Amino acid sequence: MRIELTPEKLHGSFVVKVEEISGQDLLSCYQCGKCSAGCPMSFAMDILPNQIIRLAQLGMEAEIAESKAIWLCATCITCIARCPRGCDLSRVIEALRLLTLRKNADAIEPSRIPAETLAELPQIALVSCFRKFTA
Amino acid sequence: MINLNYYPGCTLKTKAKNFEDSAIASMSALGIALIELPRWNCCGASYCLAEDDLIHQVAPVRNLIRVKSQESRVESQGEGDSRLQTPDSRLLKVVTLCPFCYNTLKRANLIVRNDPGKRDTLNSFMDEEIDYHGEVETVHLLEVLRDDVGWEAIAKKVKVPLEGLIVAPYYGCTLIRPREIAIDNVERPTVLHRLMETLGATVVDFPFATECCGSFQSVSNPELAAETAWNILTLAQRQGAEALVLSCPLCEYNLGFQQKLIRRRHGEFKGIPTPYFTQLLALALGLESCGFDRGYTDSRALLQSKGLLS
Repeated sequence: MRIELTPEKLHGSFVVKVEEISGQDLLSCYQCGKCSAGCPMSFAMDILPNQIIRLAQLGMEAEIAESKAIWLCATCITCIARCPRGCDLSRVIEALRLLTLRKNADAIEPSRIPAETLAELPQIALVSCFRKFTA
Repeated sequence: MINLNYYPGCTLKTKAKNFEDSAIASMSALGIALIELPRWNCCGASYCLAEDDLIHQVAPVRNLIRVKSQESRVESQGEGDSRLQTPDSRLLKVVTLCPFCYNTLKRANLIVRNDPGKRDTLNSFMDEEIDYHGEVETVHLLEVLRDDVGWEAIAKKVKVPLEGLIVAPYYGCTLIRPREIAIDNVERPTVLHRLMETLGATVVDFPFATECCGSFQSVSNPELAAETAWNILTLAQRQGAEALVLSCPLCEYNLGFQQKLIRRRHGEFKGIPTPYFTQLLALALGLESCGFDRGYTDSRALLQSKGLLS
């Protein structure tokens, strides 16, 4: 992938906002890839967990917004349990999701969930899903 | 009988009633009465990870405040002595069964304990409640069984040893991650192993005992979650497990109910029962309220074939 770096991206408001919402120092990550190795969802992600944080470090807002990966995270916290740098990727991903959700844009449409699925799902699944994927 | 504050949460009252019933009956047989917290509300299910968002911490903290006010009422009535206390007697205790509730309540409490600024904001926002400073300790039932009741005391009460039953304990995520709230070793928990051994079952280890089942992705991406569940179930079966022992209603949906979807995707997949640990505990204690007729999967045929259930 060709990446264009600019001072505006590197020090722009996107990086500031992600760090503020997540409470994480993005540059604490040294790209060892431990998060991607342990992620149970990485097999289905278009960009890997460590690449999400790399793109965030570089201020690549558009590239992250185009990816599906942040919506496949199930917040299982395996990444942070194994991170040698203590950089909480689950919080970074939550911040990235919130940048979309806080524009009042839902990532799932609850009315499209089939009635028979709704009848069987435990409430903790629905509440968690709506908390993470709807505005 | 020792009384212990109990926070059920929404799923325990509906989809996982068998989890609750078997737990209450088992604990009663072990000498602990689970006393349901009055006027509890939803904990929020999934812990809010945003630094700048305190409103989502109100629901869990309000439940903890209810525990505190409940305890002060009990003490003023002079019944305080019979309550199960944590080693630090200043702490009040509330037990959960649902790992999502455990995780959310425990982590919200860490904010109150560790961040005075946020604590003050929460307290002033909830102006009708008494002030809260993190006094309540949230524990999971597995911790009560291990730390307060103890394996030896449980072993003495076993009437129907689960002999010949080969089980794989499955821990999932929210009881053991993140590290600050883990009930056991983060990478290699053993508490469910020990409980099953105590009940007389044969325990097999498998590498995915702490691998995520797909969690709430089963709402947004059911086929993806089914793939992760398939990995977990087949790996347990390959180690010889006849049942996967669970502690979470969402795991039971993903690993139990979704076996139908898994069978459609993987024709060779043979089902495996997914009982809660409390159901096997109740069975071993010789109790009636095991709730095996109400799970997403049916453990009865397996247990009957072992002569454990009539």
